[in-house]
Amino acid sequence: MLTVGEVDSARNGFDPAKMLTDWDVGTTSVLPDGGTLRTFEVVAEDKDIEIAPGVMFPAWTYNGRVPGPALRATEGERLRIVFKNYGSHPHSMHFHGIHAARMDGVPGAGLVNPGEEFVYEFDAKPFGCHLYHCHALPLKRHIHKGMYGAFVIDPDPARHPDQADVARSRLYGTPENAQWQEFVMVMNAFDTNFDGENEFYAVNTVAHTYMNSPIRIAKTRPVRIYLINVVEFDPINSFHLHANFFDYFDQGTTLTPTLKTVDLITQCQAQRGILEFSFAEHEAGLYMFHPHQSEFTELGWVGMFDVVEDVA
Amino acid sequence: MRDAPISETEAELPGTPTARRALWWIILPLLAFAAAIAVLVSTNPLARFNNGTPPVEDIAFERVILGSDGIRVLVRVGGSEPMTIAQVQVDDAYWQFTQDPPGPLERGSSAWIAVPFPWVLGEAHAVNLVTGTGATFAHEIPVAVATPVADSTSLLSQAILGIFVGIVPVAVGLMFYPALRGVGRNGMSFLLALTVGLLAFLMVDAIGDAFELAAESAAIFQGNAMVVLAAAASFLILMGIGRRNGTPQGLALATYIAIGIGLHNFGEGLAIGAAFAAGAAGLGTFLVLGFTIHNVTEGIGIAAPILRERIALWTFAGLTLLAGGPAVLGLWIGSLAFAPQWSALALAIGAGAILQVIVEVTALIRRREGAEGSGLFGPAVMAGLAVGAGFMYLTAMLVKI
Repeated sequence: MLTVGEVDSARNGFDPAKMLTDWDVGTTSVLPDGGTLRTFEVVAEDKDIEIAPGVMFPAWTYNGRVPGPALRATEGERLRIVFKNYGSHPHSMHFHGIHAARMDGVPGAGLVNPGEEFVYEFDAKPFGCHLYHCHALPLKRHIHKGMYGAFVIDPDPARHPDQADVARSRLYGTPENAQWQEFVMVMNAFDTNFDGENEFYAVNTVAHTYMNSPIRIAKTRPVRIYLINVVEFDPINSFHLHANFFDYFDQGTTLTPTLKTVDLITQCQAQRGILEFSFAEHEAGLYMFHPHQSEFTELGWVGMFDVVEDVA
Repeated sequence: MRDAPISETEAELPGTPTARRALWWIILPLLAFAAAIAVLVSTNPLARFNNGTPPVEDIAFERVILGSDGIRVLVRVGGSEPMTIAQVQVDDAYWQFTQDPPGPLERGSSAWIAVPFPWVLGEAHAVNLVTGTGATFAHEIPVAVATPVADSTSLLSQAILGIFVGIVPVAVGLMFYPALRGVGRNGMSFLLALTVGLLAFLMVDAIGDAFELAAESAAIFQGNAMVVLAAAASFLILMGIGRRNGTPQGLALATYIAIGIGLHNFGEGLAIGAAFAAGAAGLGTFLVLGFTIHNVTEGIGIAAPILRERIALWTFAGLTLLAGGPAVLGLWIGSLAFAPQWSALALAIGAGAILQVIVEVTALIRRREGAEGSGLFGPAVMAGLAVGAGFMYLTAMLVKI
C-alpha cells in the first residue's frame, strides 16, 4: 500500500522525477598548467520540505534540496567548492575522496559557522560513485536532517587505455555516455518525530514518488544507476530489481564489475555503487525496484521502471 | 455620601438610580473584558512567545472497530492549532485511508479514520497516525477480533452473560432473606456493616477504574476533574432526593442500595463488554462464576435494611432488576467499544451513588446502635465491615487477570 495524496514539488523547489538526471557540473576554466579547474557553488540553508504527502520536515539542505546537488566531475580535474553557510547551525562538506586533512570538512578543518564561507579544494580522485555530507556535530542529526548528496567522478579514458571504451561510456558528455540512461538515486529516510527511528524511507526524499510516477526507460538503451545509501539509524539498506539482474561496481572505483549478475545488493551508510543493466530482451511493462527490507518498502522506499519500446 | 435615604422597595424597582448603578457594574466589567480581548487579538503581544516551534498536537483514540472492511478508528484531536492527519501506518506500513469528515481537524473535534487493512484474527496490530508536522500517535490493538455488531444473536448472548454476572448473584443473595429475618440485634448490625463494607469496596473499585479510563480519554475532557465532579454531583443529588422526607429507611434505603449497586454493575458490564470488544477477554466459565460469587453479597446488602419489614414478592423482583439489570445494559454498550470518557462518567456516577448509600446505611447503624448498643465501633459492626470488604476483595481475585 502507498501513502495517500501527492507532494507539492513546486513548493519544495525540487522534483524527484527531475532529480534523477539533474547533474550539477559546476563551471570550468583552464588552469595555468593546462589542467581543468571545476568550481561548484553550494549554500547551506534551513528549509521546511514536504517529504511525503502532507508531512512537513524541518530540513537542513544544500542548495535548498534534499539530497543536495549531484556534483559530477572528471578524474584528475582540480575541484573548487565554494561553500556558504546560510543555515542556523555550523555545517561543513565532507567529501568521500582523496584530499588534504585541511579540506576534510570536519570540526577544525572546513567547518563553517552560520554566515561564513569556506572553499574546499582538491583533485578529483579516485574515479567512482561517491558522496559528500555534513560532518558537524552531532553527526547523526546533521546527516539525517538532509545534509548529503552524490559526488560522482567519471573516469578519464586517457588514463585507462586498456578499458578506454568502458571509461568513455562513463564519462558525462561523450556520445558513448549519451547512449546510457543514467539515474542518480540517493536512498534516504526521515525521522519525523525525532525518536531515533525513521518514519519515511525513499530514494531522493519523497516516499513512493516513483510508484506514483514510474521512471520511464527505453528498453533498447542500457541503464546505469548511481546508487548511494545515506539512511541514518538503520544499519543497512539494499536494492533489489524485479525480473532482471544487474552488474554492480562497488563504490564505482573499478571499470570491471565487482559483482556480476545479481538482483540484490546491500549497502551500509555511505556505501554506494554503480548498477548496470538492460531491459533489451524484456517485454514492455512496469518493473518494480525496492530494498529487500520489507519494512523500508512499506514505509515509502519502492518504485517502478516503466519499460517502453522507445522514448520519444 | 448619599443625597437621601433610599428605601428597600425603591432599590428593587428597575429604573431607580441604585438599580441603574448595579446594571452599570455588570456592564462595565464585561466591557473591560471585551477591551482586553480586543487588545490581545489586535496587538498580538504573544507574538514574542512564538519561537518557531511546531504546534502542540495530541490525538486520543476513542473507538476502534474491526470489521470485514478493515479497521476504523474514532480519534479526537487536541492541539494548539487545527491539525492534519497526513498518513496512516498499520504495523509499520503506509496504507490508503479515508477520513470522515476530511480536512484539518479543529481542537476537540473528532473524525473516523478508515483503513482497508486485512487484520489477522487473534494477532496484535498497531495503528500509527502521522500528522502534518511529522508527529506520530500510536494505538495498539493487543488482540484483533471482530468488533461485535448489535445483532440479535450477540445481544442475546451478551444478555445471558449479563444475567449471570448481575442478576443471578443479586437474586441468590436476596434468597437468603427468609433465613436472615431471624437474626438478632447484633446480627442485624453485622449485616448492615457488611453492606457498608462491600459498598466501600465497590466504591474504591469504581473510582479506580474511572480514573484509569479517564486517563485514556482526550485531554479536553479533563478526565480526573470530570470523575470527581460527576461522583460528587451524583452523591449530592441522591442525598438531596433521599433526604426529602427525612433519612431513608427500610424499602427506600434498600432501593437506594439497589440503585448504587446497579450503577456499579453497569460499569462492570461496560468493562466486560469493552474487554470483549478489545479482544482482551476470552471469558471462561470460571471467570463468569467468579463474577457471580463476587456479586452474591450484593443481594444480602440490599436485603439488610428490609429484614424487619413486610415485603411483597414483586418488590424483590424489582430490586433484583434494579441492581442486576444494568449489567446487561452495560455489556451491550461496552461491547460496541464506546469512548473511554463515557465509561469513566458512568463509573463515577456509580461511585457517587454508592457513597450515598454508605452514608445512609452508616446513619442507620448509628441510630440503631446509638441508643442501646455498643456504638459504631462495636464488635458486630467491625466484624461486618471486615467480612463485607474482605469477601469482596478475596472474590475479586477470581476475576482480576
